[in-house]
Amino acid sequence: MKPNDVILHSVTKVAVFIILTFSIYLFFGGHHNPGGGFIGGLSVASGLVLLYLTFDIETVRRNIPVDFKKVAAFGVLIAIFTGASSLLFDKPFLNQAFGYFNLPIFGKTELATAVLFDVGVALAVIGTAVTIILSISEDG
Amino acid sequence: MNNTVILPMIIPVIAGLIMVIFRKNIRLQRLLSIFAILAVGGVSISLMNQIRNEGIQTLQAGGWEAPYGITIVADMFSAILLLTTSIVALFCLIFAFSSIGREREEHYFYPMFLFLISGVCGSFLTGDLFNLFVCFEVMLISSYVLISLGGTKLQLRESIKYILINVISSSLFLLAIAYLYAITGTLNLAHLSLRVAEAGQDGLMTTVAFLFLIVFSMKAALFLFFWLPGSYSVPPIAVAAIFAALLTKVGIYAIFRLFTLVFYHEPEITHLVIGILGAITMVLGAIGAVAYWDIKKILTYNVIVGVGFIIAGLASFTSMGMMGAIYYLIHDMLIKALIFLLGGMIIHLTGTSKLKEISGLIRNHPYLGWMFFVAALSLAGIPPLSGFLGKVFITRGTFETGSYWLGAIGLITSLMVLYSIMKIFMNSFWGETYISKDMEKGTTNVSTMLPIGCLTALTIALGLGAEGIHEYVQIATESMLNPIMYIEAVIGEDPIR
Repeated sequence: MKPNDVILHSVTKVAVFIILTFSIYLFFGGHHNPGGGFIGGLSVASGLVLLYLTFDIETVRRNIPVDFKKVAAFGVLIAIFTGASSLLFDKPFLNQAFGYFNLPIFGKTELATAVLFDVGVALAVIGTAVTIILSISEDG
Repeated sequence: MNNTVILPMIIPVIAGLIMVIFRKNIRLQRLLSIFAILAVGGVSISLMNQIRNEGIQTLQAGGWEAPYGITIVADMFSAILLLTTSIVALFCLIFAFSSIGREREEHYFYPMFLFLISGVCGSFLTGDLFNLFVCFEVMLISSYVLISLGGTKLQLRESIKYILINVISSSLFLLAIAYLYAITGTLNLAHLSLRVAEAGQDGLMTTVAFLFLIVFSMKAALFLFFWLPGSYSVPPIAVAAIFAALLTKVGIYAIFRLFTLVFYHEPEITHLVIGILGAITMVLGAIGAVAYWDIKKILTYNVIVGVGFIIAGLASFTSMGMMGAIYYLIHDMLIKALIFLLGGMIIHLTGTSKLKEISGLIRNHPYLGWMFFVAALSLAGIPPLSGFLGKVFITRGTFETGSYWLGAIGLITSLMVLYSIMKIFMNSFWGETYISKDMEKGTTNVSTMLPIGCLTALTIALGLGAEGIHEYVQIATESMLNPIMYIEAVIGEDPIR
């Protein structure tokens, strides 16, 4: 018998959107304010876990066909290569650069290489957290 | 600033991550891992030459100056250990190709192996106590995976113990770091050295030093070695060999670094205790090696004897003793990998590790037998093989400072080591040949014999050609005994900040 969980389903569909949007806000906020790649990634992971809880693992896996171990590896690779790219400019490893650009919609915007590093961190955290949750949930 | 210094840490990580993405492509993983290890070896050779010509090389990550940022430092001692690490890792890797099995290869064996190497290299290179902790963890977490990968009953039993022991010692490590930070307000090793020298090493500081000694003793199997014989005898041969060759050595490196760079003001207390611990370790390890009739147990107890002996060189705290310790450290990394591979090969061929059930292997495997003989002599320090020089220098170092007891124990235990290892040789290679070639459980092939042959050649070459690396060892000794060289390289000419 299928359990009656209409409320959970409907709430999750909205809540996951809010969580994911908030985590993007957290991610970008991290450059000058509290937030950043780690916490942003963690809240994305929490949104995904909520999906896994509400709908079963198979359904979510069909709709998001991603191997999260690879996501984690990919994230760390991005972070390392961002750090290592400073080797090309003969700067110390992990050096960063930033500048101000006039973008069409956003106006004057600060772009920093540290954000790329943070993307890597976020992906690594998402991949690791989801992998851990999925491995624990598998039994035997 | 020299970016080369970071490469030994990041090359294995990058290679390992690419392998995680291409999990099913075993051929790519093998090629990439060989390539990564070779690259680390090449970088360490170039580092050795740079250090010889220009002095200690440093990198302030992200351009943040020491003591505020993260410092990566390569002095000659670390560079030599890096090179040895990459050599040992290369041969263990080649050995693993044919012996580790498809199952393990598909379950991230190669990435974990490379993360382990990265952690080891990072521990040798970091100039900051907290990053030493981080690199230790990288190394340990990979070793947890490697020790339990395969999931046989024995492996799981021992890996639980191994993980518990290491979690406890890691938390003590963190505690010790916290105490030290509370007292000195810094964790940069060079800055610590300065602050401790300024404030003087009083009783409190020495107590913290002992806390560090306990932590690293647990990792290095110095006196606190109760966990080692069990956990090193369960994983597959290639993994056991790399553990025996590298993991305890990282603990030894940390003891050397801290007690030559930071806590060197009260040698009559700290170094005496280190010497006593070394002596006890040698005696207990040798007793274990002599007493057992199981190849794996004998070999693991030999690892413990080696640790005690290297530490005796530090305890003497003379340039002779230190030089001997460096020589012996290089030798020990090579020979422990070799003797584990050889012992593992015997077990692989006969299907048992009980000496009394093995006999007369020399008839079918003459090369294996003679290489075992060479390795056994080298392990005991018979001239002209590689163990000899280190043994002579360490013994002279201990005699110079008047600690005759330490040198004497070192010499007596090396006789016991010789006995224990000859016991394996005589029992397994001499005697009547029970089993014919087709009755053997396993076979030898190029991928397993090549690493053994190369390591045997290296131990002979290192013994005969010790003159060739003497210059480098001398530089390493000099910079270890003069902490100011390290401090100036990291913080600059004007160290009063």
